[in-house]
Formats: sequence, structure tokens, C-alpha cells
Amino acid sequence: MTKPEMSVEIAGFKMRNPVMTASGTFGYGEEFAGYVDLESLGAIITKGLSLKPRAGNPTPRIVETQGGMLNAIGLQNVGIDAFIEKKAPFFRTITTPVIANFFGNTPEEYAEMAERLDRIPEVAAVEVNISCPNVKHGGIVFGTDPKSAYAVVKLVREATVKPVIVKLSPNVTDIVEMAHACVDAEADALSLINTLTGMAIDLNKRKPVLANVTGGLSGPAIKPIALRMVWQVARAVSIPVIGIGGIMTAGDALEFMLAGATAVQIGTANFLEPGTAQTIALGMEQYLVDNGIADIKELIGTLEV
Amino acid sequence: MQFKTMVISNAEVSPGYFRMRLTAPQEFAQAKPGQFVMVRVRDAVDPLLRRPFGIFDLGTFESEYPGAWPQIYFEILYRVVGKGTAMLSTLHHGDHLDILGPLGTGFTPAGPDTETILVGGGVGLAPLYYLAKEVVKSGRIRLFVGGKTQEDILCITEFERLGVETYVATDDGTLGASGLVTEVMERHLKGDVPSKAIFACGPMPMLKAVAEIARREAIPCQVSLEAYMACGMGACLGCVVKGRDHGEHTPDYRCVCKDGPVFDFQELQWV
Repeated sequence: MTKPEMSVEIAGFKMRNPVMTASGTFGYGEEFAGYVDLESLGAIITKGLSLKPRAGNPTPRIVETQGGMLNAIGLQNVGIDAFIEKKAPFFRTITTPVIANFFGNTPEEYAEMAERLDRIPEVAAVEVNISCPNVKHGGIVFGTDPKSAYAVVKLVREATVKPVIVKLSPNVTDIVEMAHACVDAEADALSLINTLTGMAIDLNKRKPVLANVTGGLSGPAIKPIALRMVWQVARAVSIPVIGIGGIMTAGDALEFMLAGATAVQIGTANFLEPGTAQTIALGMEQYLVDNGIADIKELIGTLEV
Repeated sequence: MQFKTMVISNAEVSPGYFRMRLTAPQEFAQAKPGQFVMVRVRDAVDPLLRRPFGIFDLGTFESEYPGAWPQIYFEILYRVVGKGTAMLSTLHHGDHLDILGPLGTGFTPAGPDTETILVGGGVGLAPLYYLAKEVVKSGRIRLFVGGKTQEDILCITEFERLGVETYVATDDGTLGASGLVTEVMERHLKGDVPSKAIFACGPMPMLKAVAEIARREAIPCQVSLEAYMACGMGACLGCVVKGRDHGEHTPDYRCVCKDGPVFDFQELQWV
């Protein structure tokens, strides 16, 4: 049969396949160039950016857990000025779209960031982080209350014409309610899930392992929760949903698409296998070939329950 | 680069410490002393992350096939501390592993007419052997090595065979001098005239003491750090240490994996 169609579209920007790299797990793309063909990816999402450079949390910041890892990086990043000067030029050398993930301390900062990112031609879309569990400001406060989420997304929406993706936190009672708030504020797409708050204890020292005490759990351990949430949200909203959470294989990614995701993000897997996203894109295509499916879009949301 | 490797040997050199020899592709021969590798312990989600190990040795051996290129090998020296290293310790000749590396910065060897001072604590000794091998042709080397007890003093015969003068200190006095390795080093360096450069790797308290001596005696000093890390290529930002200019409003975190693991001691904050 002919080569299956792998491209998908989210809010007007087209990707050659549905496989994106998740924020904070792929640097600014350049770091991985020696290990993965960047031209094989659907999109690259940057480390979360803020107006000013941010130091992040004290160490230890990461610890491995059963089937996953906890991180409390604390949104360390170079800041938008250094991003424009030092990181953005590299994006001109690749054709893969780059999505800027960002956050602010206040709704006004979110708006200012969106406005500044709007003027960067190398940025194809923005992903609004309202879900980082590891800092007091800049994320989770806006991501756990529907009214705050609405307010932030609305301001971002007004500040940019680029596609707006909102990244949702799983640390809420009702993620569908959060999704509706973002849709009402005219988000173009939703990505979920960010990490789940967790902790690890050092029994010998009788202390938390992470300096921040708690951290965000990621990796294969969270996949069932992520699948459930993607399924719930995709049924409830009419904008595209991007599935994230413990994806390690092409099979995992395809499960998210059956549950209703238009695209997926690969996160923690990049740390152990820098070529994972490319491997997954190839594996998904092979699945289509093996099953006689002409277009990957035919799979989206086709889960029978 | 990323490559598949075969275990050539994996021997327990001291209780709980293993020395593993692995095959490597030709390009790996360019690895510098002080660089490290990330090892995927097995092809499963538990343990999830790779484990970092400094390069202990690197060399070639003749292939058994006539006319074939000599085979590159490298070695790691590790202590069994958790699940990942426990699994590694059970591997045998012929088993396979996946490697990312060589990663990070390496040591910058001292120039001619400069004596090389190596300071190692426990398994922190690992990257210093490959460094000693590289610089032994060009000048005098002294090694100061410390541990809690004699079982923590690893592979000093190998250093001595290279022609390195070796001084040992243990906390309990079971081997060499009784006390801290930095105390022994300080006694030996006192009043020494010729120019020197220190290369140190070991636990943080030892490195702090070494950095303090280097500062006081105005001796150039490079340290190799260990840290928890997820990726080894500067993406996760899990392994950072405070750089010289770090402050509340002037973040200056350095990645141990990418900006290091070897740093000039003056590049870091030691408080």
C-alpha cells in the first residue's frame, strides 16, 4: 500500500506527524541534534520560559521512583531575552515547528510573555503552562481554579494571534471543568497531563529526598491516569487535545490517539532514550501499514467503550 | 554518540566495588579523561533512568581475527549502591548494554614542568586513572587517595604500575595514614616549590577541603563532580550546581552533565 498519511493539524499549524517533545525534557532541541533527527519530529516544545531568567529550586531536584521519576526543577530557564538571542536562531535551521512553553507570576506577566512571543517568527505556537506543581507562583495557582485559568488564558488569547495551547494539571478534582474554562477563554488546543504531585522519602536520613519536599511524578507510572484524563477531556470539548503522560512506545502513543488525542508529547522517555520520539513516529506509521489504515487521523477518538 | 556494547569482564575488585570492561566503537577512542557515560542498565522501565559513570580506563586490544582493527574498550569502576548498580554487578562476559557517551567536559591536563596531583575519595578515584595514564609520560604524578576503610581503597596497584607515587589515608587507619586524605595531601604539599596542578574527584566534603587548600596555596585545581541526573545532556536540569556568580537575582546554575562534570574550582560556589 502507499505510505500512510501521518500529518495532523492543530489550530492551523500543521505537523508532519503527531509526535511532539514535551516541555522541559528536550532542552531547546539543539541538545538532542546528535541523537535524533529533528526533522523526523512533529514539533518541539521548549523548556518553560519566563520574562526574567529563573534560578529554579535547590538540589536534589530529581529522584527515580518505581516506573517513574519525580522532579522539582522549579522552572529554571534562561528568560525570554536570552531565548530570543541565543536559542531562537537555531530554530531557523530546522523546518520542524517550535512551540514556546511559557509561564508568568501574574496574569499580566502571562499576557506580556504572549505578546513578546507573538513577535518571534521562529515560534509556531505557544503552550501556556498553568500547571507546574513545583513553584508557588507561575503555574499551578492558575491551573487548579477554573476562574483563574479562564482569566489567564483570556489575556493570552488577546495578546497573540499564534495558536494557543493550554497545558493542564492533573492535580485537580475535575479536569473537565478546567478544560471547559480554557475552551471558554478561546484556547485553540489543550495538552494534558502535566506531572502529578508526589514525594519520596530517604529512610536512612528520615528526610524527603527532594530539597523541595514534593515534586512532579512523570514516566510510565502515570500513563493510566493520563489516558483516563485525555479520554474524559476529549469527549467533553471540541478543540484538539494533545496527550502526554508516560508514553514510551508507539503503542502507548496510539492508545492516546484512540482515547481522543490529535497528537502526543514525549517527555521522560527522552531522558533515557534521546531518540524515542523518532522511534515512536516510525512505529506509529508501521502500525498504520500493518493494519491497512491510510490516515492516522482515522484513529483519533475511535475508542469503543 | 549512542552505541551498543558488550561486557568483556565484570570483576569485584573489593567488597561491593566492581570494575567492568566494555567494548566501544572506534570513535570512542577520542574520549577525554574526566568524561563520563550514561549506561542503560537494562531494556525495561525499572530502573527507568540511565546511570552515569566516569571513564576509568580506555584502550585497545588486538582482535582475534587476522587483519581486523584493534578493538577499543573502556572500563568503569562502580560501587553497588542501589537497584541499578546491583543489576550491573550481575552481568557477565557477553552481556549487552546501551551507552550514551562520551559526555561532558574532561580534565585539561597540566602543562609540562607542572606536577600533577591527583586526589581521589573512594570510587571517586575512577576518572583519575585514565587521566594518570594520559599524563604519566610527561611528568611527575602523585596520587592521594582516601576512604573510610581499606576496602574503599581501589586499584592503587594499577596507579603504582604506571609510576604514580601513591599515598593512602583511611578514616580507621586500616591502610596508609589514619585520617583524612586532604590532611595527608596538605602535609606533603607544604613548602613544596615546583609548580603543581590538582585534579580531584570524590565526595563533596573532600572536594570542599581540596578546594580550600587550592585556594590557600594558590594551586590550580580541577574537580570532577557527581550528581543525580536524568538525561546527561543538559536537558533535565536535575544535576545543577551553583556557579561562581550565583545569587538570588542572578541565577548561575551549571549542569554537572554538560558544563561539567569537570570544573575549575574557581568556577563554583563552595559555601
